[in-house]
Amino acid sequence: MKRIAIQALGLQKWFGDGEARTLAVQDVSLDVNFGEMLYIVGPSGSGKTTLLSMISGILRPNAGSVAIEGCDLWSMSNDGLAELRLNRIGFVFQDFHLFPRLTTAENVAIPLILRHEPWQASIEKALVYLKKVGLESRADLPPVKLSGGEQQRVAIARAMIGTPDILVLDEPTASLDGDTGRNIVSFIKNELLTPQRTVVIVTHDARIYEFASRVVNMEDGRIVGISEGASRA
Amino acid sequence: MRSLMNGTFILAFKLLVNDRAKFQALVGGITFSTFLIVQMTSLFAGILSRASSTVLNVGAKVWVMDPAVNTVSSSIGLPDYVLDFVRSIEGVSYAVPLYSGGALVKLNNGTYQPVTIIGLDDDTLYGRPALEQGSIEDLYADDGFVVVNDAEYSKLGSPPLKAQMQINDHRAVIVGVARVASSGLNGVPTLYTTYKRAISYVPSTRFTTAYILVEPKQASDIAAIKAQVASLGYLAVTNDEFVSKVSNWFMYQTGAGTNMMLMAVISFIVGLSISGQTFYTFILENESKFGALKAIGMKGSELVKMILFQAIFTALTGLGLGVGLCTLMIFIARLRLPDYAAKVTYENLLIAFLMVLIIAGVSSYIGVRRVLRIEPFDIFRG
Ligand SMILES: Nc1ncnc2c1ncn2[C@@H]1O[C@H](COP(=O)(O)OP(=O)(O)O)[C@@H](O)[C@H]1O
Ligand SMILES: [Mg+2]
Repeated sequence: MKRIAIQALGLQKWFGDGEARTLAVQDVSLDVNFGEMLYIVGPSGSGKTTLLSMISGILRPNAGSVAIEGCDLWSMSNDGLAELRLNRIGFVFQDFHLFPRLTTAENVAIPLILRHEPWQASIEKALVYLKKVGLESRADLPPVKLSGGEQQRVAIARAMIGTPDILVLDEPTASLDGDTGRNIVSFIKNELLTPQRTVVIVTHDARIYEFASRVVNMEDGRIVGISEGASRA
Repeated sequence: MRSLMNGTFILAFKLLVNDRAKFQALVGGITFSTFLIVQMTSLFAGILSRASSTVLNVGAKVWVMDPAVNTVSSSIGLPDYVLDFVRSIEGVSYAVPLYSGGALVKLNNGTYQPVTIIGLDDDTLYGRPALEQGSIEDLYADDGFVVVNDAEYSKLGSPPLKAQMQINDHRAVIVGVARVASSGLNGVPTLYTTYKRAISYVPSTRFTTAYILVEPKQASDIAAIKAQVASLGYLAVTNDEFVSKVSNWFMYQTGAGTNMMLMAVISFIVGLSISGQTFYTFILENESKFGALKAIGMKGSELVKMILFQAIFTALTGLGLGVGLCTLMIFIARLRLPDYAAKVTYENLLIAFLMVLIIAGVSSYIGVRRVLRIEPFDIFRG
């Protein structure tokens, strides 16, 4: 039985006005199920990031709707959206966006701190999550002392610490070498993906296609095909 | 303590303070302008309080004077009938004359030292100073004078009890050493004696009474006394009003106040631009990080609180350092120049506090506007 995590209907997004107007996403409808690892692939500029942002409550669409477990995202207030993102969605950005002046552990603890959990307890929990990604020995270092792959794992630990049921990653392997990228996605697949959770990955890295449950193909802002992945849910 | 404190404030604190260089520049800018403001206003406050020293030291409830008087030492003699008139006013408990004038003391080494002579009413000695040594009644003894032990005392060779000196070629004997609240601005020593002796020692113009000191029956009588004195063409003011009259004259008529305010405004602008700009750079450099916080789920209002906290924390740190530095400087200056007229008043601290509050407010307003405009999507897109 498939349980729908995210349901997108008729999504549209354009940028700019008049002559300069670009249609980034046109009439996209899509279901994302719990327990699957959904890939959004396509050439650069095809609207992948725009789509991912709209279904994760970061970018307001010009038309269409997004529901997370039946709850209409874009009718919520900004604060309501922020709360939903904080409690239910884990983000991994392409450029990590770790704070250079905080320690690795402090970086990981941020979502808990934003939830007003006590500082010390948040740091202790961060150590647990750093251990999960194999970086407990790096806890007190600033992120810049870490390699790219390690920083990406820190970002993943940060995304996971609040135990979100939706994990979205934008080009998580783009700045990593092949093996590192594969290891990270394999870790996500084996350790983080559960029947109660869904993972959406935007990528055009063919080296990690083998882990996909389903693959959404985009071109020019449209979905041009959805195929079963090599690793079906 | 830790657990009591909101984690987002610890986060804000670390983001701010861990950026050593920028934090130092921020605090430095605010310290600098606090220092300048407090230094300037306290120097001015010191000068003002010295300018009013006689008023403060004598401490009469009501002073009657010629309306043209600007400073205490530039008194204008009052005709005798004014004293009689004041004494006749309903509501006046008693009224006594005060003499204030200058004389020359011949020192043992043959040089002359100008002094201020204050002559107290012979019957009451109203306005008498507190004595460290000697007894005030000894003023009635022959040639008796009380010398004030202030910063100028040593200019007379710090004369002890029973020391003798010549004032305008008359013999004078020190019968007391007084301690006063405030030393004068003129940089000359002060001697107290009786009114009658003062006018016999100091060559005088026709009118010898500088001020009439009035003790009203009740505080509520003061308004009527003022009105009556005014009807005669003279001026009656309370002690506080006299102090502010003198202060206002220095502030607005001498250029000193204008200059001070100008300097204060300049240091405010300097502080504001250093701190405002550094804070803005701090925000800009962390823009993507603030955006990431927003994407993760930080509410706009919390971001605002975080930035306000950072701005206020920086401002108060700078304020504390600036005030501390200034106090230290005044302390050191006093060690070398006992005469150094600077006084950190609560008003000065309030001015400095308001100034850094404005700096913090403006800086965080600019920062907040910037941060609220960040689109998390732009962070996501990289
Ligand atoms: N903030 C923006 N302003 C203007 N155009 C944008 C903006 N964001 C995206 N676009 C345009 O929308 C299209 C889709 O962008 P994006 O979703 O980032 O593509 P992808 O992630 O597939 O590379 C591109 O043509 C891009 O130039
Ligand atoms: Mg993209």
